[in-house]
Amino acid sequence: MILEMRNISKDYAGNRVLKGVNLAVEEGEIHSLIGENGAGKSTLMNVLFGMPVIRNTGGFTGEILFDGRNVDISSPKEAMKLGIGMVHQEFVLLPGFSVLENVKLNREKTKPNFLSRVFGKKMETLDYPAMRRDVRAALDSLEVSIDEMMPVRGLPVGYMQFVEIARELDKSKIRLLVLDEPTAVLTESEADTLLGAMRRLREKGISILFISHRLTEVVAVSDHVTIMRDGELVDRLSGGEADVERLAELMVGRRVTESVRERSVPETGAAILSVRNLRVHMPGEEVRDVSLEVRRGEILGFAGLAGQGKVGIANGIMGLYPAEGDVTKDGRAVPLNNPREAMNAKMALVSEDRRGVGLLLDQSIELNIAIRAMQTQGKFLKKIAGLNRIDAAAMRAHAARMMRDLDIRAGGEGQHTRRLSGGNQQKVCIAAALTLSPDLLFVSEPTRGIDIGAKKIVLDLLCDLNRTHGVTIVITSSELAELRAVCDRIAVIYEGRLAGIVPWNASNRELGLLMAGAAKDGRASERGAA
Amino acid sequence: MRDGMVSRGLRNFGMARSVIVVFLVYLLAHAFYLGLPMGQLFSSMLVRFGMNGILALAMIPTIQAGMGPNFALPLGIICGLVGGTAVIELNLRGATAFAAAIVVAVVLGAATGWLYALLLNRVKGQEMTVGTYFGFSIVSLMCIFWTLAPFHNKEMIWPYGGTGLRNTITLKGWFDRILDNLWSFRVMGVDIPTGTLLFFALFCLLMWMFLRSKTGVAMTAVGNNPRFARSMGLDVDRYRLIASVVSNALAAVGMLVYAQSFGFLQLYQAPLFMAFFAVASVLIGGASMKRITLSHVLIGNFLFQSVLVVSMPVANVVFSDNMSEILRIIISNGIILYALTRKEADAA
Repeated sequence: MILEMRNISKDYAGNRVLKGVNLAVEEGEIHSLIGENGAGKSTLMNVLFGMPVIRNTGGFTGEILFDGRNVDISSPKEAMKLGIGMVHQEFVLLPGFSVLENVKLNREKTKPNFLSRVFGKKMETLDYPAMRRDVRAALDSLEVSIDEMMPVRGLPVGYMQFVEIARELDKSKIRLLVLDEPTAVLTESEADTLLGAMRRLREKGISILFISHRLTEVVAVSDHVTIMRDGELVDRLSGGEADVERLAELMVGRRVTESVRERSVPETGAAILSVRNLRVHMPGEEVRDVSLEVRRGEILGFAGLAGQGKVGIANGIMGLYPAEGDVTKDGRAVPLNNPREAMNAKMALVSEDRRGVGLLLDQSIELNIAIRAMQTQGKFLKKIAGLNRIDAAAMRAHAARMMRDLDIRAGGEGQHTRRLSGGNQQKVCIAAALTLSPDLLFVSEPTRGIDIGAKKIVLDLLCDLNRTHGVTIVITSSELAELRAVCDRIAVIYEGRLAGIVPWNASNRELGLLMAGAAKDGRASERGAA
Repeated sequence: MRDGMVSRGLRNFGMARSVIVVFLVYLLAHAFYLGLPMGQLFSSMLVRFGMNGILALAMIPTIQAGMGPNFALPLGIICGLVGGTAVIELNLRGATAFAAAIVVAVVLGAATGWLYALLLNRVKGQEMTVGTYFGFSIVSLMCIFWTLAPFHNKEMIWPYGGTGLRNTITLKGWFDRILDNLWSFRVMGVDIPTGTLLFFALFCLLMWMFLRSKTGVAMTAVGNNPRFARSMGLDVDRYRLIASVVSNALAAVGMLVYAQSFGFLQLYQAPLFMAFFAVASVLIGGASMKRITLSHVLIGNFLFQSVLVVSMPVANVVFSDNMSEILRIIISNGIILYALTRKEADAA
């Protein structure tokens, strides 16, 4: 065993994110770690690398053994000293520097000159030939043919990944290499090259901890797979036992899916919104080609892993990010890239970025609730001498009613939204959207960052709106359990495309496969789709 | 609960304001002790409050729209000066002259504010620095205009003839103190500059109405959170443009009100630092670089101008005669520095 993490637990202010997790990586193996977003993978890695965020929030319990010895890793530097290297999802490279300089940065080889004899080691000359030999060796071991003197700027994304790995390899005594979703940004052929490189590193005796959402890749290269869910260890399989379907099922799991809502929507409803070939350029959540229909009166869920594009759809339709494609609402085309037209089409959005897009933090609750309707529909205004003036009384009365109906807890209509709790902020956002009187409401990540009690209230509220006011609702959420609890149908987005639409009670295996992009063909599962 | 409200009230009143209030009270006590003519002092406090008010008011639109205080105030001020010199050249007098000057000033101020906004919309996030240097540049550029402009009125050009305007042009006989003297009266030895105060009050009312209009609210949203504003289809650049136009037009009007009380038009380098005094006064009133209300303008303008008025005679008696000017620069630059270093989180 090169690495053993035993019984690791960690909580953030009472919220337990790791519950007695064990992870064992053998010498010279490729070990995969999989799990949904929020399963605790990143926290576990933060523990392994002694990241300050762990220490600053009260540390963790459990023990870490490296090479059979009990170790106390209190900083990333110590992890590095032990021979643990990490390649992050986001590249940490200086674009204007060459490949060689990036690999060798702050670990340069030098030789003495006359200045250094006077002023010390800092003045020594860089030994380029020696460094080139090192970097060449590291790159060759990955079998990539990049010129080490090329600047990093302009390299294909896949190659940047290799530069990052080469940097870790060049640290002489690397024993364990952690790759955090290294293939997420790569094309298929680039990913194949990377998997090849991983196998070669294994032959050299370097252990690899491979974190990935791509289950086919995991199955292809792993000697062992550890599956996590909700901060717990679910299972540890050997490479031979693992197949994509089994992993998918384990990853999604059977969670408490107490049905919050009675589902009584007819199987085939008329379309309130139809989307054709939607592309949205939202950084990090790119939508590449999505076509689907939303039925009148239903609650539709968008599921998918982070970065796959589920968040981009609502943002694109509502005009917040550049989009192309055809969107038809009630049979009328809705112009894209124009928030006002989208709102005029009786659509409203509760943004996933509450504090960034959803609220005016230093303004009152009443203004937050009223302002969108005021600016786009002319509500809460009265004409005095030909000038549009705020109707403060109407605004306050409306806010008071909304606060009562939605149970918004605050010191009054005039309180600024900055000091409200996450749950109450979310309710203000929903109130603001409702003030537009939409018949189609997009809600993105409705329960992110709010506590459990408030979560249920927000979900109940959405169900209630749907039932009593007949509002069609489209929920985008990273929490599958939440979608299962309230949605009629769940659309799974993978790599910016619709992987499939399934009924809310589809099996975990089916959902897991769709989310991991491993359905038999791209759009295999159209069950339940119109 | 009561105690909490009192201490919170004190905290809300603000550090800067408290220090200045204490200082002002000390100065007034000192002036009284020195036997200075208190009636005259209070009169000048009121006059200076009224004459500087609209210049301070010009800070509201740009701060509300998220562009920070309008450090390019000299641009609008110069438009006011052009308006003033234009009516003298046309040989208008009295109320007609003042009204005509204001019309010219507003038109020029709005137009240059529009052009200036086109520049500001390209340098989002750096409005204060760009504004400061833009203000400096425009003052220097206009120095050329003042020397070359084809003005012929003997009262304005250098006494020895030729072209080029004087440094200081007296308004005596044109529109000197036209607002100060309007309906002015005297109570307990204090002259009340009714016209100037009413004129300032009128503009405060207009500003209050503007802020509570649909456009004003949209502008506030743009300043608070541009992404929020965009998400409801507001054109962020357009509202920044409106803010710049309104602010500049106000600066132009403000300059003329200032000039009629002061009695002179000061050209060339005179507008160079005027932005700083206006910025400082609203900051003393409790505004921050991101948030301002009408009360900040009223309180700040009163405190800042009063300290200057009272410190002048006191300092002249106690210290040397340059003390007041030094004090003005220390206070204005100090308060701007203080506001820039303050964390914005506590502005709420």
